[in-house]
Amino acid sequence: MMHQAKMTEGALAPPVYTLRKVSKFFARQKVVALDNVDLVLRKGSFSSVIGPSGCGKSTLLKIMAGLTSPSEGAVVLAGEPVMGTRRDIGMMYQQATLLPWLTTIDNILLPIGIADGKAAARGKRPDAEALMSLVGLKGFENAWPSELSGGMAQRAAICRMLITEPAVLLLDEPFSALDELVRDFMNMELQRICMEQDATTFLVTHSIPEAVILSDTIYVMGTRPGRIIEAVTIDLPRPRTLDMLTIERFGEIVAYVRRLLGEGMH
Amino acid sequence: MLYANADNDTPHDMPESTVWAEKRDLIDRIPRPISILILGLILVGTWHLVSTTGIVSSIILPSPGQTWHEIITVGTNLLSGGYMFPAIWITTQEVLIGFLLASIIGVSLGILVGETTFGERAVMPYLVAIDTMPKIAFAPLFVAWLGFGISSKVALATFVSVFPILVGTAAGLHAADRNALNLFRTMSASRWQTLVQLKIPSGLPHIFTGLKIASLSVMAGAITAEFLGGGKGFGELIRVAASQLNTARVFALILYLSLLGLSLFAMVSFAQQRLIFWQRNSTRPD
Repeated sequence: MMHQAKMTEGALAPPVYTLRKVSKFFARQKVVALDNVDLVLRKGSFSSVIGPSGCGKSTLLKIMAGLTSPSEGAVVLAGEPVMGTRRDIGMMYQQATLLPWLTTIDNILLPIGIADGKAAARGKRPDAEALMSLVGLKGFENAWPSELSGGMAQRAAICRMLITEPAVLLLDEPFSALDELVRDFMNMELQRICMEQDATTFLVTHSIPEAVILSDTIYVMGTRPGRIIEAVTIDLPRPRTLDMLTIERFGEIVAYVRRLLGEGMH
Repeated sequence: MLYANADNDTPHDMPESTVWAEKRDLIDRIPRPISILILGLILVGTWHLVSTTGIVSSIILPSPGQTWHEIITVGTNLLSGGYMFPAIWITTQEVLIGFLLASIIGVSLGILVGETTFGERAVMPYLVAIDTMPKIAFAPLFVAWLGFGISSKVALATFVSVFPILVGTAAGLHAADRNALNLFRTMSASRWQTLVQLKIPSGLPHIFTGLKIASLSVMAGAITAEFLGGGKGFGELIRVAASQLNTARVFALILYLSLLGLSLFAMVSFAQQRLIFWQRNSTRPD
């Protein structure tokens, strides 16, 4: 293996999210969507999953979000089995999906309102304001979603994800609808926010460079059956910068991941 | 420098200017108010010619002048509180109560059909079956059941206008964004929370489309019931004027009915703009 697991400063961080021998079958179509997936997300780590269409990325993410049950195997978050949706799972999608009839801050407080009621949401307002300044949205508390740009809307979605203080962040191609310049910038912002929050993050993406620049570990998936081919450890130092996109080491890792993806397509 | 400066080596002689006029045909260039005025004049002019040259009897088609005269007569009667005023008030009540009932019943049944599988599987087929019937044909039944008073008119008005609201509501509940539905699922939102905080607000544009259609058909229901079931409404005035061959009066009365219908439609549109404020100005600066 080209990239050995990096043992940084002594002991590894404790595992937050663990999947053991997780499989998913769709009996009607006689398809093995996921075959025997093992995965460990450690506290404060950033992991990505990358793979061709039909490799089971979405199924994996749905299982991790508690939206669907695995056919076999065990899924444990923060010591508790995941058997349904949970408030300590934060999610973010390609679309910001802000409700247009709520102001930006009310959108951010929506998960609190749903879980604990309107009074609790009002009580969390200072937290929401703090998150908004963390992501650079200060001053837009009472703006309507229609007044936000695509990048700003995704910043608000980050706040909405963080407001419940989730144990794990699941990101489903969060910036792929943004143009490339904004996307690069937002990725660096995401890194900064994740480092400041010591967040345990799991990203689904189609972009190899994006996965490499952001991740400590990339899970490369293959098709038929959907499975993890290899967990690639990225040894670029942190914090990563956009300048790293041009260095030789970065290019080597991208090429290596691309080769793995090619092999997994058979 | 990476690229040569194009200014210094123009390959051939350039003319001073290549500005050219973008032509549009005359018919596409007339401003809106003038277009409306021109067509209106053409229509009224043709009407005037047809009715005054005796091609068509003035009993069948009164002249614009006669009609205008009747419009003034009816308007004066209404404004001075003459005998026509109670008539239009009765019709107004029928229309408003009918619309209110249709809204309540339509939205409730629409939620039942749009939100529950039972509603979709069991209730919807019956509603579709009823909707395909010629609803106006029920008028004599309503009169037989509810008598010659206002209630039989309200019933028909409600009956003909309830379906667009119902269908709009049911469709609206299915219009919620898939991502937003997913979001509510991941937030572990209850069915009631998802309905009230996501599906109904998302469905408001569809619901209002239904309400607007209903606001136009509710009048037809009320007037039809008045034709068939008597009473003292505006439909009765039309029926009497028509039986006296006073066609100009019929035209004038219809005009005032349209104004009544138009104001209901305008009220619904106004409520829509107020309630769905996020659809009015979606400016997205990048």
